[in-house]
Amino acid sequence: MIHFVLLVSRQGKVRLTKWYSPYTQKERSKVIRELSGVILNRGPKLCNFVEWRGYKVVYKRYASLYFCMCIDAEDNELEVLEIIHHYVEILDRYFGSVCELDLIFHFHKAYYILDELLIAGELQESSKKTVARIISAQDQMVEAAKEEAGSISYIIAQTT
Amino acid sequence: MDNLFQRSLEDLIKGFRLQLLGDSSFISRALEEIRREIKATDLSTKSTALHKLSYLAAIHGVDMSWAAFHALEVVSSSRFHHKRIGYQAITQSFHDQTSVLLLITNQLRKDLNSVNEYEVSLALECLSRIGTRDLARDLSPEVFTLLGSSKSFVRKKATGVVLRVFDKYPDAVKVCFKRLVENLETSDPQILSAVVGVFCELASKDPTSCLPLAPEFFKILVDSRNNWVLIKLLKIFSKLASVEPRLGRKVAEPICEHMKRTVAKSLVFECVRTVVSSLSDHEAAVKLAVAKIREFLVEDDPNLKYLGLHALSIAAPKHLWAVLENKEAVVKALSDEDPNVKLEALHLLMAMVTEDNVSEISRILMNYALKSDPLFCNEIIISVLSVCSRNAYEIIVDFDWYVSLLGEMARIPHCQRGEEIEHQLIDIGMRVRDARPQLVRVSWALLIDPALLGNMFLHPILSAASWVSGEYVEFAKNPYELVEALVQPRTDLLPPYIRAIYIHSVFKVLVFCLRSYFSAQESSSGSSSTVYESILNLVNVIEIGVWPLSGAYDVEVQERAKNVLGFIGMAKQDIAKKVNLQDNEAEACRVTAFMEDAFSEELGPISANAREKVCVPDGLELEENLGDLEEICGKFLKPVESDSVSCTDKITFSVSNLRIRDQQEASSSTSLPPKESSSLLAEHRKRHGMYYLTSEKNDPDSNGTPNDYPPANDLASEILLDPLDPKRKAKHRKSRPVVVKLDEGGESRITTSQAKTKQESVTDDESLSRDIQSALLVNKKGKEREKCEGNSNLVVQEEETSRIEKPQNSEKKKKKKKNGERTSGKHRSRRRSEVASSSEQVEIPDLLL
Repeated sequence: MIHFVLLVSRQGKVRLTKWYSPYTQKERSKVIRELSGVILNRGPKLCNFVEWRGYKVVYKRYASLYFCMCIDAEDNELEVLEIIHHYVEILDRYFGSVCELDLIFHFHKAYYILDELLIAGELQESSKKTVARIISAQDQMVEAAKEEAGSISYIIAQTT
Repeated sequence: MDNLFQRSLEDLIKGFRLQLLGDSSFISRALEEIRREIKATDLSTKSTALHKLSYLAAIHGVDMSWAAFHALEVVSSSRFHHKRIGYQAITQSFHDQTSVLLLITNQLRKDLNSVNEYEVSLALECLSRIGTRDLARDLSPEVFTLLGSSKSFVRKKATGVVLRVFDKYPDAVKVCFKRLVENLETSDPQILSAVVGVFCELASKDPTSCLPLAPEFFKILVDSRNNWVLIKLLKIFSKLASVEPRLGRKVAEPICEHMKRTVAKSLVFECVRTVVSSLSDHEAAVKLAVAKIREFLVEDDPNLKYLGLHALSIAAPKHLWAVLENKEAVVKALSDEDPNVKLEALHLLMAMVTEDNVSEISRILMNYALKSDPLFCNEIIISVLSVCSRNAYEIIVDFDWYVSLLGEMARIPHCQRGEEIEHQLIDIGMRVRDARPQLVRVSWALLIDPALLGNMFLHPILSAASWVSGEYVEFAKNPYELVEALVQPRTDLLPPYIRAIYIHSVFKVLVFCLRSYFSAQESSSGSSSTVYESILNLVNVIEIGVWPLSGAYDVEVQERAKNVLGFIGMAKQDIAKKVNLQDNEAEACRVTAFMEDAFSEELGPISANAREKVCVPDGLELEENLGDLEEICGKFLKPVESDSVSCTDKITFSVSNLRIRDQQEASSSTSLPPKESSSLLAEHRKRHGMYYLTSEKNDPDSNGTPNDYPPANDLASEILLDPLDPKRKAKHRKSRPVVVKLDEGGESRITTSQAKTKQESVTDDESLSRDIQSALLVNKKGKEREKCEGNSNLVVQEEETSRIEKPQNSEKKKKKKKNGERTSGKHRSRRRSEVASSSEQVEIPDLLL
């Protein structure tokens, strides 16, 4: 299973973290520090797998962002590379030519998309279209809810 | 109303990027604001505040556990976007110790039963992350319902959650398993992949329980074209095949088909891995797999190269021919840029080592070591050392070459493996008589080099070198130069305990030289002046070199220095006398002879079982309290005044006193503990009797020291070479020297990672697998055959539990017994404790801490 997902920029700034195994807050920051150090120091032509603390970390660099996923020793690394690519393609489709700024300002949306993609550390949806459909349906619901909340009648109802 | 003036998440992020105050102060300001806002009653304000907080927690590592209750409030809102924010906060921050965890059950239940599938999915997602035992127990009926839901999206998520539920609350299996199995037959590929994923995890925990489902899996394996599903299935089959060998035969066919047909490299790799690890008996499959590995190895993509090497290393133990076929690729990979690739190549190369090519391979590796970075260099060194020393150096035929290799290793600039080399030098010296001259030569070369003294990683090697030179000084070509090397002023750089070893070696060399001088005097009539000059020179050099150390700070160094100087003081007089050396009563002569006797006693390796081989003679009571020993042996234990050495008043010859006392102690039955500690000992023994050795202490009748070498018939079995073997003679090869091996199947000192004993997870998996078994029984009620199978499985299961517990106990006993058997062999005991500690380190379950 995938233990955690980590997105780190080239300068070492964290853009997204998702943990599928129990880690305390202190452990999390320690792990992030260590792993960023290891991965950011690797050269461009090296292979995408790193052994770390008995686990394997698969990472891929897209522009200035490193997408890292930590897996068990028996998992198939090429499969996880596919999963990372899958995620990036979905993000691209959703944001339309996604860039790092999109992820910075809409980090919660990146989370929601990741939640549709992975559950309990396993891949649950391998079709990009389905994921896109679900996310847009949820977005519509959010929009509807917000509109209702912003409507005048609602505000009046609140104050009285 | 205050919602209008509240800063939204976007404002926060923008503010963070543009701020000039400094990260931590900005974050603390924002936190204060959030704390105020989150207490508002208005849900929108609350949710925005929570949103901002979860951003800070996720990206900047701020602790948000204090907001747990607020998160709950937000989740209870009916608006979808609040719910979303709330659930995200919960998933991120809740853990097993969150106090409000009880309150969330109801909310989750409500959401799980909701009509809106997205709310359901939110709740499921949350459950999958924070699920505890109670939550799992309470919500398993809902999950069960959802497993049969009409919306496939929901079903798929529910399947994913099921794994977590099973993990935390095994009884849920009875309820949910049937639906899970039904889902195996679904046509929807998404659900199928989810179900297969769940089974994959279950199979890794306990393969036997999933075995009855093998036919369904097989059908999917043959039919499906979806790569994700196939990869998971292959993993399942590799676990199942290791339990049930007949399965392997059936499965090999379709796997080969897939390997040939597919384009996806990930699938190919998975097939290869499955074949190589679990189906390694099927020749055709293995051949195909190796061919595919070869394709991987020649690719440019470093990923594929690494994976190819990895697969090859899995195959290596059983199929060495595959590795040998790809030898050039492996050697080329040694010089690759990527450290992972290099390491894998190194391990593979080590697997290929045999008697014939060990020198060739070591040569290649030493060249690489010189060229590479420190980390890889040390990896090479340690792997060469461990492979060569495996099973008491069984792979080495030419020890002279190996010893000079050890010396070479010491000269590699980045070498940091001093202790291992030290151990091996001394070990070889003790076990292999024939290698001693070469050993002394190599040590001498190491000792005279002043550059090595500065490198602290090499100090252990230098200590071994000096010990070896002192112990086997009879093989040295030029003791004078040796002594010069040992007392050179640059040895100040050494730590005190190594200097002490140096001084002691000087002592041994001195004794040897004096002895040969005196015996030469006795045999020949006159003394030639050159010999006299040289011995006087030697003594002077030593005196000058050691004199400053007699005031050293370290007690060990000081004591040894004083011993040497005292001895010299006494010997000098007799050398100076030059005359009447026919008089055998000359003190120095006798003393020297005595000392040489002491040093000529050979130190050798001692078997771990040596004590047990010695049987307790009749009439010797080992278990009685030794309190009345003093009456019996009192007269022996007074300080020594008489006896052979009459010069106690002249020299502080502590060594000789110690020697005599040792002999006397050995002649009295055992060493004596004082009265009280022996009674404590008896008490302790009563309480923990089963951990004590049955027979203890060595036979007092044998000469003082324990057996150095085992009796002749044991030694004969160790001799590896049949001298009458015609082939050997024809090759004119130097016959392999005798290596004294005392333990059968000696443990390798450098332990590679041992298999983790999943003892702690046994009991959990037990209950899980038992439940799965019973669920399967219920499933296939009609079919009697399966019932019997299930029953036998259950019975097997119970047998297994009792079997698993028994070896656990005996393992614990064995461990304790080993600790009690600490023998007097210096190196053995030291290394054994190291081995024990290193193995204990490995056995800790690998939590990511």
